Amino acid sequence: MKSSMNDTVIRVENLGKQYKIGLQQGSGLQSRYRTLTDTIASLAVAPVRALRSGFKRQPNARQRNRFWALQDISFDVRRGQVLGIIGRNGAGKSTLLKILSRVTEPSAGWAEIHGRVGSLLEVGTGFHPELTGRENIYLNGAILGMKRAEIDRKFDEIVAFSEVEQFLDTPVKRYSSGMYLRLAFAVAAHLEPEILVVDEVLAVGDAEFQRKCLGKMSDVAQQGRTVLFVSHNMSAILRLTEETIVLDRGRLAFRAPTPQAVDFYMASGFSQAGERNWEAHEIPAEAAPFRPVSLRVRDARGRPVDSLRSVEPITVEFEYTLDAPITGLRVGIYLLTMRGEYVFASFDTDDPGLFERFGARPAGHYISQGVLPANLLNEGRYVLGVNASSFRIRRYFQDEQALVFSVDAAGAPGKQWPEPRVGPIRPAIEWKIERI
Amino acid sequence: MAMNDPATASLKTPIPPPLILRPTRGLAALNLRDLWIYRELIYFMTWRDLKVRYKQTVLGASWAVLQPLLQTLVFTLLFNRAAGFAADTGIPYPIFSFAALLPWNMFAHALSTAGHSLVNNRSMLTKVYFPRLIIPMSPVLASLVDFLIAFGVLIGMMLFYHFDPAAGYNIHLTSALWTLPLFLLLALITTLGVSLWLSALNVIYRDVGHVIPFLTQIWFFITPVVYSSQAVSAKWQILYALNPMVGVVNGFRWALFGTRPAPGPMLFASTLVAFLILVSGLFYFRNMERTFADEI
Repeated sequence: MKSSMNDTVIRVENLGKQYKIGLQQGSGLQSRYRTLTDTIASLAVAPVRALRSGFKRQPNARQRNRFWALQDISFDVRRGQVLGIIGRNGAGKSTLLKILSRVTEPSAGWAEIHGRVGSLLEVGTGFHPELTGRENIYLNGAILGMKRAEIDRKFDEIVAFSEVEQFLDTPVKRYSSGMYLRLAFAVAAHLEPEILVVDEVLAVGDAEFQRKCLGKMSDVAQQGRTVLFVSHNMSAILRLTEETIVLDRGRLAFRAPTPQAVDFYMASGFSQAGERNWEAHEIPAEAAPFRPVSLRVRDARGRPVDSLRSVEPITVEFEYTLDAPITGLRVGIYLLTMRGEYVFASFDTDDPGLFERFGARPAGHYISQGVLPANLLNEGRYVLGVNASSFRIRRYFQDEQALVFSVDAAGAPGKQWPEPRVGPIRPAIEWKIERI
Repeated sequence: MAMNDPATASLKTPIPPPLILRPTRGLAALNLRDLWIYRELIYFMTWRDLKVRYKQTVLGASWAVLQPLLQTLVFTLLFNRAAGFAADTGIPYPIFSFAALLPWNMFAHALSTAGHSLVNNRSMLTKVYFPRLIIPMSPVLASLVDFLIAFGVLIGMMLFYHFDPAAGYNIHLTSALWTLPLFLLLALITTLGVSLWLSALNVIYRDVGHVIPFLTQIWFFITPVVYSSQAVSAKWQILYALNPMVGVVNGFRWALFGTRPAPGPMLFASTLVAFLILVSGLFYFRNMERTFADEI
């Protein structure tokens, strides 16, 4: 190593990852695997296909069933840097982290890593329900790459951090989920890797757990270690990282100081005015049987537009397909500001009468349409997210940044004063002035 | 951590050399270095497999002994009187079959556990890096531990038959006893080789899970566990010896009791096949390893 390179802990050059279609994102929920019958069937069909095509060479036959989840990614990370990684669903964030943590191999390019990579995503990996807390600390530590002596040395610290002293010799299957998570996190947090990878930890656990995760991240960063932070939560990204890269459809779209990167991400990529269409590769396998098709915002005249008026009602239309019936389904929208703060959330079956009629939906093609009343939103840009779930049973699909639109306050109350108004809403308040 | 004083800092694992991640093509390097670095994980995983297997059982690890004992009892009741099963060997049937059951059970147990090991540890494979070889290796090593426990019983049985005058048998330690570890090694090579093949195949074709019990059963019949390999007619002997477990079982009996057939040229065939299975298994496994996390 040249001494000038000593400060670079991660170097990525033209990195790419190709997946076979249908194999992407082995989430465990819905693993797709071949059976011998499939292979035999395709072998049997192959000669017929060859005859039909007259033995013409099909150079793309192999390529057709593959797609690049990640392509031509190059960047480097300095020691002690906290780098944010943002991008929409299917942009390749998880794939990138999987390659950097050696879970899967790249298909092209290379990456150079200086130091141990630890991940807060790995919390509880290899925990066995039948083993005691003590036994799982050692097992999990070894899986994460710690030496036995290292675990011995940190054991008391791990136990203190996890607050499960009295239950150390109880099988973890008898733990509450909070205890389980605390113990698992305690082991992962004491790995002390040179490079820490954090992927959406904020999505799991309670507020206390999330606070611990974020606290640990800032600790790690202050020790001069390197952190890669992947999140959909723009306010967390803005708070915790200095620099951020934006991934878009497997490519590196932008790299800049975090505020610029977040602005770029929020403003770009939503090319179609007032409309968002989902392509097959953007829909995770675990969404099935729910399949999002498109999301539109329409103005008072019913045109899908990017810019809407505050004083007119706004119609939100979410079009989707159910490949199989779903019971207890609710399809909803989130509205967020550009800084990632929620304005509101609403579901199509919030009305008990509608839930009665549409809670159980047979397979088919649907549109859920909602009308936001006039005089609701202040001027500015807003992010529309979608969610399809069965309450407390399963979340089928969620995209918190599905569509961006802007609101113009022309004609809104108070517009005679040319000043921006604070807050995301601009209701028409009924004022009454009395002289008493 | 606030507790990072210089004393503990100096104890920290040194920063490993830079790691280059790039696509590997063809027969990927076996990367045995990583296996060495992660040797403690092999120990912990084996220990976990053993621990979990006997958790919440009344009899615990004594099952490692009880299982072959009960099998021997059944075989003795079924086959002791049947003609030709232990003919000409001159040793009591229980000990004749028990000595063969030890390596056989190691093989059969390892196959059924290792075959499913990658699929069962899916969450580990998709979340964290470690040499994947460890996953099918640890059930094989756990079966070896069971073997060693049950081996103690074999010694007890040999003493019993040695000192029991009424039995009329004469069991002495043979001078070939030193070769026993070599036959155990042959059994391990075979077991690991087949386990690697099955576990990797099972990731892609879940059919393998359904085939394993059937495969084990067929393999049991073509291995001289309940009968003597001399019962197999001469013209089939060469084909028969291609089964490495034949070499193992015959070797065990020969090394322990001096029973025929003594290892001959056939043993080379067995050994060669065992090595072929292991080496091809290693390469197949390494080759598939690149896509485990994507396909599982």
